[in-house]
Amino acid sequence: MKITVAGKIKEYDDGITVAKLVELENVETPEYVTVTVNDEFVESHDFANTTIKDGDTVEFLYFMGGGQA
Amino acid sequence: MAFTNEQLERYSRHIILKEVGAKGQKKLSQAKVLIIGAGGLGAPAALYLAAAGVGTIGIVDADEVDLSNLQRQVIHTTPDIGKPKVQSAKETMEAINPDVTVNTYHTFVTSENVLDLIKDYDFILDGTDNFPAKFLINDACVMAKKPFSHAGIIRFKGQLMTYVPGQGPCYRCVFKNPPPKDAVPTCKQAGVIGAMGGVIGSLQAMEAVKYIVGAGDLLTGYLLTFDALKMEWHKVKLPPDTSKCAVCGEHPTITELVDYEQAECDMKK
Ligand SMILES: [Zn+2]
Repeated sequence: MKITVAGKIKEYDDGITVAKLVELENVETPEYVTVTVNDEFVESHDFANTTIKDGDTVEFLYFMGGGQA
Repeated sequence: MAFTNEQLERYSRHIILKEVGAKGQKKLSQAKVLIIGAGGLGAPAALYLAAAGVGTIGIVDADEVDLSNLQRQVIHTTPDIGKPKVQSAKETMEAINPDVTVNTYHTFVTSENVLDLIKDYDFILDGTDNFPAKFLINDACVMAKKPFSHAGIIRFKGQLMTYVPGQGPCYRCVFKNPPPKDAVPTCKQAGVIGAMGGVIGSLQAMEAVKYIVGAGDLLTGYLLTFDALKMEWHKVKLPPDTSKCAVCGEHPTITELVDYEQAECDMKK
């Protein structure tokens, strides 16, 4: 299936979960990433039981803390 | 208030823009913007806002200028080392543009002082370097109904979003709670490329100016991210439903400001 991950079209196996995608995309600090699928938040406790479908759009939003000191 | 000939010349490149014009320039001269953090993000933002003729600029920072700041905090210079950052920033802003009134606040933002700091300002820029401050600024701006620009930078990456009350998600809608201290690296731990502050801090100034003059679309409802190594921008649409947010939602559970614990490594200067 084809899905859009962080703005790029990618090919993944059907039935992949958010948890698996987080792993395959080498998401840094996966415990603290915010995930949206089709502009809706997926809570971290739902990563393992949320399946991504063909055509879905997935975004990873990261904490970025710097700026001042 | 009419512009003097000198002001007409100083702001001529603004005034000629149809989105700004003399009307927009006047709005800028009457606007009050608060910059929290006179560092990597706040430094370029302050330079551009002063140059733009924002009438009143407040700047909040508890630190003194350190040699390690000068790689990116372009409002401070080598002779400023040891001086309070707010003082150094004020001197540079006034040298750029004597039209600007600069208010300095030589302090950290805390749950005790943040509402008082932001209350007289029209737009707030978060240029802080830590999550406790970022969540505090977000919550205070939500509670006080103040628009603000969030930004963060780390290594070769940066992000920003704009919150305007009633016009989309806040920072907490997206990030929920601060990560445990030391769980996510900060600039001091991980490093940051100097020009990233310039890129993202300038965009914060851009959002403030657009908000004040009412031009174009703000980054409300979007998180804009930049990866300098790949030279890629990505504008992520944020879920529009804010109803369940702990602070800006329909039934907020956060009704008082919280001082979260700082990362160990950032406590000591
Ligand atoms: Zn919210």
